[in-house]
Amino acid sequence: MSHLTSAPAAAGTAAAGATTSPGPAPRRRRLTLPLRLGRKHAELALLLTPAVALFVLFVLLPICIAAYYGLFNWSGYGPLSDFTGVHNYRLVLSDPVFRGSLLHNVIIAVLSLLVQLPISIALALLLNRRMRGGTFLRLAVFAPYVLSEATTAVLWLLILQPGGFVDQVMRAVGLGGLIHPWLADPAIVLYTLFAVVTWKYIGFGIILLLAGLQGIPAELREAAAIDGASAWQTTRRITLPLLGPTIRIWAFLSIIGSLQLFDIVWIMTIGGPANASSTMVTYMIQNGFRSLEFGYGSAVAVILFVVSFVFALLYQRFALRRDTAGALTGAVG
Amino acid sequence: MTSMRSTRKYAAMTAATAAALILAACGGGSSGSSSGGSTGSSTSSGPVTLSWWNNATADPLKGVYLEAIKNYHAAHPKVSITNVPIQNEQFPTKMPLALQSSNPPDIFQQWGGGQEATQLKSGKLADLTSRVPGLIKTLGPAAQGWQVNGQQYGIPYDLHMVGFWYRKDLFAKAGISGPPATMDQLNADVAKLKAANIVPIAVGSKDRWPDAFYWDYFVVRECSVSQLQTAVKATSANYPCFVKAGNDLKSFMATKPFQTGFLGTPAQVGAGSSAGMVANGKAAMELQGDWDPAVMTPLTTDKNYLSKLGWFPFPAVSGAAGDPKVLLGGGDGFSCTTSAPEPACADFLAYLDSPEVQKKLVATANVGLPANPAAASALTLPAERQILQLSQAAPFVQNYLDIAYPTNVGQALDNAVADYFAGQGTPESIVSTIDQAAAQQ
Repeated sequence: MSHLTSAPAAAGTAAAGATTSPGPAPRRRRLTLPLRLGRKHAELALLLTPAVALFVLFVLLPICIAAYYGLFNWSGYGPLSDFTGVHNYRLVLSDPVFRGSLLHNVIIAVLSLLVQLPISIALALLLNRRMRGGTFLRLAVFAPYVLSEATTAVLWLLILQPGGFVDQVMRAVGLGGLIHPWLADPAIVLYTLFAVVTWKYIGFGIILLLAGLQGIPAELREAAAIDGASAWQTTRRITLPLLGPTIRIWAFLSIIGSLQLFDIVWIMTIGGPANASSTMVTYMIQNGFRSLEFGYGSAVAVILFVVSFVFALLYQRFALRRDTAGALTGAVG
Repeated sequence: MTSMRSTRKYAAMTAATAAALILAACGGGSSGSSSGGSTGSSTSSGPVTLSWWNNATADPLKGVYLEAIKNYHAAHPKVSITNVPIQNEQFPTKMPLALQSSNPPDIFQQWGGGQEATQLKSGKLADLTSRVPGLIKTLGPAAQGWQVNGQQYGIPYDLHMVGFWYRKDLFAKAGISGPPATMDQLNADVAKLKAANIVPIAVGSKDRWPDAFYWDYFVVRECSVSQLQTAVKATSANYPCFVKAGNDLKSFMATKPFQTGFLGTPAQVGAGSSAGMVANGKAAMELQGDWDPAVMTPLTTDKNYLSKLGWFPFPAVSGAAGDPKVLLGGGDGFSCTTSAPEPACADFLAYLDSPEVQKKLVATANVGLPANPAAASALTLPAERQILQLSQAAPFVQNYLDIAYPTNVGQALDNAVADYFAGQGTPESIVSTIDQAAAQQ
């Protein structure tokens, strides 16, 4: 409550200082240091409070509460009475299904970098050229990203069902022997889902990289061309290094997205068959909400948070440091 | 550096303020008046309003409920009921919070079994045993699924039984004269259907719970009724008959009776689902609840599919200890909370089980089998009447095991059986997974 009474008072002083001055410039210079600081603080309090309050209420507090719930064996009914310490956390980390889920997240993340990045760069470079129908093509590659995850999942569920569109097309072009139960074979279901995720998110990478490409001054390429650089050399030595910050941001978003993968998996496979496509979040929903084990589910949520948070910190520290410091062209070449 | 420090100080200060606000906001709730209309469990004669959380989000069921509310209010002018439809899938997450709060609904959707026992821990479920003794007698064995330690904490309004739905036309095409009565006959029929190039059985393994029906039924066939009751009461599956059931499932699955890619097939969504396959004549059988024909309606363009459907109970297993007349089933019902006005709450639940409302629930809303046998005449499908007769003649109806056990144990069961369908685990590991989950209770 204290700030509600103190803030207007401080603001009032500041306002008084401004209004009672006939000639603002000379009067303002005479404001004492504490007064100036007070005004600055009032401003800060006024502008920051709403954001900080929301952040605390909906981000920090729930994280702390989840970590606390994780210490109990709790079905959601009755009081939090069965304190079990770190038992839940230990149980989660020793469960082979959770480890498998974490591994699936990592596989998706690594595949995203290995497969989506080259495709995104190649298509972005192509689309960055002046050509007939360029706008339409950009729109076309971006279209899947606009669809909601649920729509994407239902769409692909129909396309991939046994005897569905994919199977028909493969049979028509003579690849009938390669047809698999795409979502029912534990050995390939994760890769099927990765293909769907790629279809959906490749457009986002391309648009991001296109924006990055637009930011590269044409003069640099022209100068390189005058110096006799080939198209490949220009791309390799000028375009790609200058695209670095964009690529690093894309990789960051992609990895965080992979760690938190849920909607598409839940709708298409519910993490099955036999947990072959489970992710950390499907594991959390299954073992927290569906099994009414809110203590255990909270522990999973906290572990998922720690994994994502530690990755984000390390990535900020080591990969994004130069970008966020504003040194965009520090190490070209 | 100064600015840095002062920024931090202010961040800390605003954070503290925010925390104070949060505490104030949370603390304020306790003194607020309850908006649910509950007037405490006093039997006052003043006007009362009850909030009713149910899963009837769409017609025709919603319409039947609204009509019941209207008619009940006309007969009892002092009792008003507020209809609160909630998506079915939201109940598992909403109920724990609601029962923790000081303002729970007066009436809410209740599936009985282990989940009801878990909810009982909140101390907010009203004991209805002495409120409606006549009704409990009328419902007979059907009421047992909503009892905990012999006390009635919920009242069913419909019942469900699991059995095989089959296509008479496909059976005839494969040269099968009638539905099988034993597992050996079923296995022979599976072979005949395969020889005729027909998928014998469709199963929706993606959803996991349809897999559990198979294991559950083998358990019901292998265990005696008293063994089943002991196991559920002890929240354990560690009995020889449960392992035997797993072995039965193993040899049944060795006949490869299911469609290709069944691990990815949903049970009820789309024409490619297991229900859709039977509705469209793409598979000859499905082990499902009595609700299956209603599920099939939107999944097929064949207007005559109902006339092609027949039903038979899960076949007998030779040499097994269980009574082959025992059925696996469950149903839907409601509970009253302790803050609900009585006797209005229990009386309204009894009204829902009156023949008048029951007939509408069956004929108009297609809910399945009526909880009150007096409404049997409202069933239109011959197969449904057959199921109701068998359920009345059954010495015992075992609640679906994943519902009968507490929720986390039931989920562990579904997952273990689904893993087994996907080729992982053994009959013994299903049992040990269930007991591990029970140990975490």
